[in-house]
Amino acid sequence: MAEYQNIFTRIQVRGPTYPGIPLERGSWARSGKPFYSYLLGKFGDAQIGPIYLGTTGIASLICGFIAIEIIGLNMWASVNWNPVQFIRQLPWLALEPPPPSFGLRLLPPLSQGGWWQIAGFFLTASILLWWVRVYRRARALGLGTHVAWAFAAAIWLYLVLGFFRPILMGSWGEAVPFGIFPHLDWTASFSLRYGNLFYNPFHMLSIVFLYGSTLLFAMHGATILAVGRYGGEREIEQVADRGTAAERAALFWRWTMGFNATFESIHRWAWWFAVLCPLAGGIGILLTGTAVDNWFLWAVKHGVAPSYPHPMPAVVDPATLPGAPQ
Amino acid sequence: MSFTLRLSAAIFAIIAAAIIFGTFERPPMQVVQRGYRGVGMVENYNPRFMQALLADNKAPQPLGATVTSGPAAGTVYKNVKVLSNVPIGEFVRLMASMTVWVAPQQGCSYCHNPANMASDEKYTKVVARRMLQMVQHINGNWGAHVQAVGVTCYTCHRGQPVPAYVWYTQPTPPVAGGYAQSFAGKNHPSPIANNSSLPSDPLTPFLLGKEEIRVQSATPLLTGDRSSIKQTDWTYALMMHFSESLGVNCTFCHNSRAFENWAESTPQRVTAWYGIRMVRDLNNAYLGSLMGVFPPYRLGALGDVPKVNCATCHQGAYQPLFGASMIGAYPELAHPTQ
Repeated sequence: MAEYQNIFTRIQVRGPTYPGIPLERGSWARSGKPFYSYLLGKFGDAQIGPIYLGTTGIASLICGFIAIEIIGLNMWASVNWNPVQFIRQLPWLALEPPPPSFGLRLLPPLSQGGWWQIAGFFLTASILLWWVRVYRRARALGLGTHVAWAFAAAIWLYLVLGFFRPILMGSWGEAVPFGIFPHLDWTASFSLRYGNLFYNPFHMLSIVFLYGSTLLFAMHGATILAVGRYGGEREIEQVADRGTAAERAALFWRWTMGFNATFESIHRWAWWFAVLCPLAGGIGILLTGTAVDNWFLWAVKHGVAPSYPHPMPAVVDPATLPGAPQ
Repeated sequence: MSFTLRLSAAIFAIIAAAIIFGTFERPPMQVVQRGYRGVGMVENYNPRFMQALLADNKAPQPLGATVTSGPAAGTVYKNVKVLSNVPIGEFVRLMASMTVWVAPQQGCSYCHNPANMASDEKYTKVVARRMLQMVQHINGNWGAHVQAVGVTCYTCHRGQPVPAYVWYTQPTPPVAGGYAQSFAGKNHPSPIANNSSLPSDPLTPFLLGKEEIRVQSATPLLTGDRSSIKQTDWTYALMMHFSESLGVNCTFCHNSRAFENWAESTPQRVTAWYGIRMVRDLNNAYLGSLMGVFPPYRLGALGDVPKVNCATCHQGAYQPLFGASMIGAYPELAHPTQ
């Protein structure tokens, strides 16, 4: 009997490997001889491959490789090709966008952000090509394109950060560096420069959908695992009958909070929460510095930020006093 | 469970333990509330570190009592340029104190030629004279920062000829150059900014130069503030230096929900504002004036003089020596003298 109470999948289905449904004319062949992996079977389907790469897949991988190569080699060059320092400093290293003085110049000198622009171009090309691939694979299987549109929401945020907002600001220097710690520093500096992003209502919404996604994911995952002993993962077969795992799952939530999602709607909830996270976040980023310059003061102006007592002697900006030192 | 699985689990556990115990401080922490309840205007202290910090920042006892009468030092000794009107007894007492503060191992001969105490042949004596003027200048003219506490040589030197925390303009780190990206001032471990990847030398533009530190807009909507995010990185790095030097959070000076806002700031922000101007003044007018006096081995990689920053005096304490004032016992250091 299949059980789903462990953190790992307890059963592995093994039979003759299955290449998938026949492909339409003009497609590439699926490549690779399929095989079984016991360890990967603990996490998902034990059959590995065959994979379909196709034109867009290959082009995406090539563009992605070029981008990673440009970023990595520039990082390595920034420690003078020292392999030990490259490993030690890797989390600190970055490929930096052009200085603000170059504005929106296309192809500034390679050493002054030119490489950043080229890497950004290839990374964007890689991501967009992968999007096309996700869209086309879904169509080839006769599926809806929900995955592609969810991915597009993430791409929207990526493009806002590195493309749309820098253009509106008139400077590539506003974009995010490619680097592990540096892109996090960018995030902190972005919030500092624009007066605390927590007061940006779209940032608030984005956080709601981010945390909401994790909550929904936990609720849904737990519900399905909990009814696993009745075959709850086969929800569609059960959805119309009484006493099934599906009905017990629904009853559990109805008893607990008086309202329950359906086996279909829970996935719409999850999809919208996940998609609205980068969608709302991207709007918030796009408005920052282009429409709003200080989100805290904006929140004060609109009665969002509360005022608290300040039990300290009042201070004034010393720079405003006559004869202030420089 | 297979052996490989157990081995990887064990290795993972060791790495996790090393990260947790090697980089985190265990609770409980001591929290000092300074603002309204619930708004996070607090300072955090690890009580297990306080003993050592207090011991490191303890002011020494003054040598004997202040001498107020007697002939002026300038009438007895030759080549006395700064303290010539100070009573001779007090002058000698200060010289002895300076030896304890600055060169306890090396003694008088660290600055003086024992055969001719008046001679300026040792560079250290010329530096010491200028530093005396600097101390008087700080106490006399920078009360906005040092207030009644004041400073003495000991505030920075702590028994060492060169204070433990001086800084030099940093040279460009070794980069490949050519067509590869050039050094942007950041994206390397930055000790001055708490080992972040923020700019590694925020001191040169802000504490030697007068670059604009303020980057946060003071209006809700656009009014022409063109400060960039890259600029913000530099300000952020400078603020990390402040925080590290004083052993305090951002909230010591700022309400972190509105960094720019003066109405929500603490009085310490005003003190710090004057501190920035004071350090600029000292680095240019006093340390900078010693260019050519320091021998090459005291200079930085770019040939610049050693300079002061917040850590030079504060050394991890929110007030140097935790506010212990030594200036009352040495009135000749309280203001510029002739």
